[in-house]
Amino acid sequence: MTDLSLPARYQRPSALSFLGYASGILLFFWALNGAGFSLEKVLSSPPRFADFASRAFPPNLDPKVLERLSWKMVETLQIAFAGAAIGVILSLPVALLAAQGLVVGRITSTVTRTALSFIRAVPDIAWALVFVVAVGLGPFAGVLAIMIDTIGFCGRFFADDMEAVDKGSAEALTATGARKLDIAACATLPASAPAFVSTSLFALEKAVRSSTILGLVGAGGIGIELKVGFDLFDYPTAMTVILMIAVVVILIEALSTWARKKIIGEQR
Amino acid sequence: MDQAGAHTSAPTFHALQDHDVTASGLTKSFGQNEIFKDVSFRLVRGEAVALVGGNGTGKSTLLRCLLGLIPFDAGSVQLLDHDIASANRAGLRTLRAQTGLVAQKHNLVPRLSVLTNVIHGFLGQHSGPRYWSQSFAPAQARLAAMEALDKVGLAHLASRRADRLSGGQSQRVAIARALVARPRLLIADEPCASLDPSAGEEIMAMFFDLVRSEGVTVVFTSHHIDHALTYGDRVLGLAEGRLKLDATAASLAASDLRGLYD
Repeated sequence: MTDLSLPARYQRPSALSFLGYASGILLFFWALNGAGFSLEKVLSSPPRFADFASRAFPPNLDPKVLERLSWKMVETLQIAFAGAAIGVILSLPVALLAAQGLVVGRITSTVTRTALSFIRAVPDIAWALVFVVAVGLGPFAGVLAIMIDTIGFCGRFFADDMEAVDKGSAEALTATGARKLDIAACATLPASAPAFVSTSLFALEKAVRSSTILGLVGAGGIGIELKVGFDLFDYPTAMTVILMIAVVVILIEALSTWARKKIIGEQR
Repeated sequence: MDQAGAHTSAPTFHALQDHDVTASGLTKSFGQNEIFKDVSFRLVRGEAVALVGGNGTGKSTLLRCLLGLIPFDAGSVQLLDHDIASANRAGLRTLRAQTGLVAQKHNLVPRLSVLTNVIHGFLGQHSGPRYWSQSFAPAQARLAAMEALDKVGLAHLASRRADRLSGGQSQRVAIARALVARPRLLIADEPCASLDPSAGEEIMAMFFDLVRSEGVTVVFTSHHIDHALTYGDRVLGLAEGRLKLDATAASLAASDLRGLYD
């Protein structure tokens, strides 16, 4: 009979792996320390949280307040949809420049990807501040902030999607002498379309979440109502805003998930 | 191998005939892994040449080197009387506009219609948005694409999405796309490998009927020895990174080719 000695259940980590684990743990405690993490504060917070909850509940359901907040929520969604739609459209040519080996050379794609990294590195709220300075207070600054944020997100992921598609169709067209732009338009873009739609829906979800807080810096939307509610200690109204945001964001996410399944499901 | 080796004398060169491809001393490696070395052969205009050999002998790589789709390390390729190594990008495109590729996987664009996929076969000769979709294409291109589809028996499926076709139908559309712009040279890399035997036979018979009627030069790979002998005028055999066989199909028996797979 052949030797059936079982391998050990656990293997001793190498010195390098051990060093990696130890460094990870040290990094974690270093971060907790720097971030002012305090177990004492965590344990003492429930009474304060309960105090806030007792003052915030029941939420303000005054019809006049609800009407005002609803219109602000509509404006928030308008900012999100407009910004995300323009951003997605502009992302397509940007992604063509960012995708390696598709239409442009390595230098152009590297420069474009670096620019997209910069756009993503700046938080949406910072973009909103910049555009408030540039175009003034109001929802248009919010639209521009969402647009630029969407370009940073979709430009990169559209490019990744295009680089990842099966190269067979592109090779077949290359063999007939087709130009790079024709190949991108006829083979790469159609093959990437389901991924583009999925990424765009994620961008829309992200835009809706972002647009709810842009009002904090004067870039339109319902965020300003949240700020005013807390500033004036009007916690019931602030709670109404929080609940409205939660409901709308959850609904948009559900709708987006449904649409994504519907679209991806159609692909065979 | 010995039987195959019996035909390894010098590659058959046809000095008085027109050649669509002349490969001389082609060598290709991927890193340290040498795929083939010093491979030389010619493709006479209008002939069908089978390229056979075991897995990993570099048949697909060699075919792609002929069109400059994969760069080679040494040697030269004269494609339609032009040296592809010295051709610039535009020159290479002009040469490729007279060629086509039918791959093992049909490589259609899945979400587009059958007709649009066939019209894409014109892109080498006509660049621009008018040839991106059948909706914008000029009337003569649409008509030519429909005729090509008719030749492969699929004119009735012109509006269907390519990803809703069977494997055999997809390969027929790929053949229509490759032939629609009337190429001089076609490269077919195991055109029936992904099909069941019955569909594979059907596709091979139809493909060679079409290319012979249009006088197209074809070089194809196949693991089916009988396909190489039935459809090829000439057979090239790759083994151990070398061209071990170059002989007319009529002079070969199946046993001559089996040696290449040992």
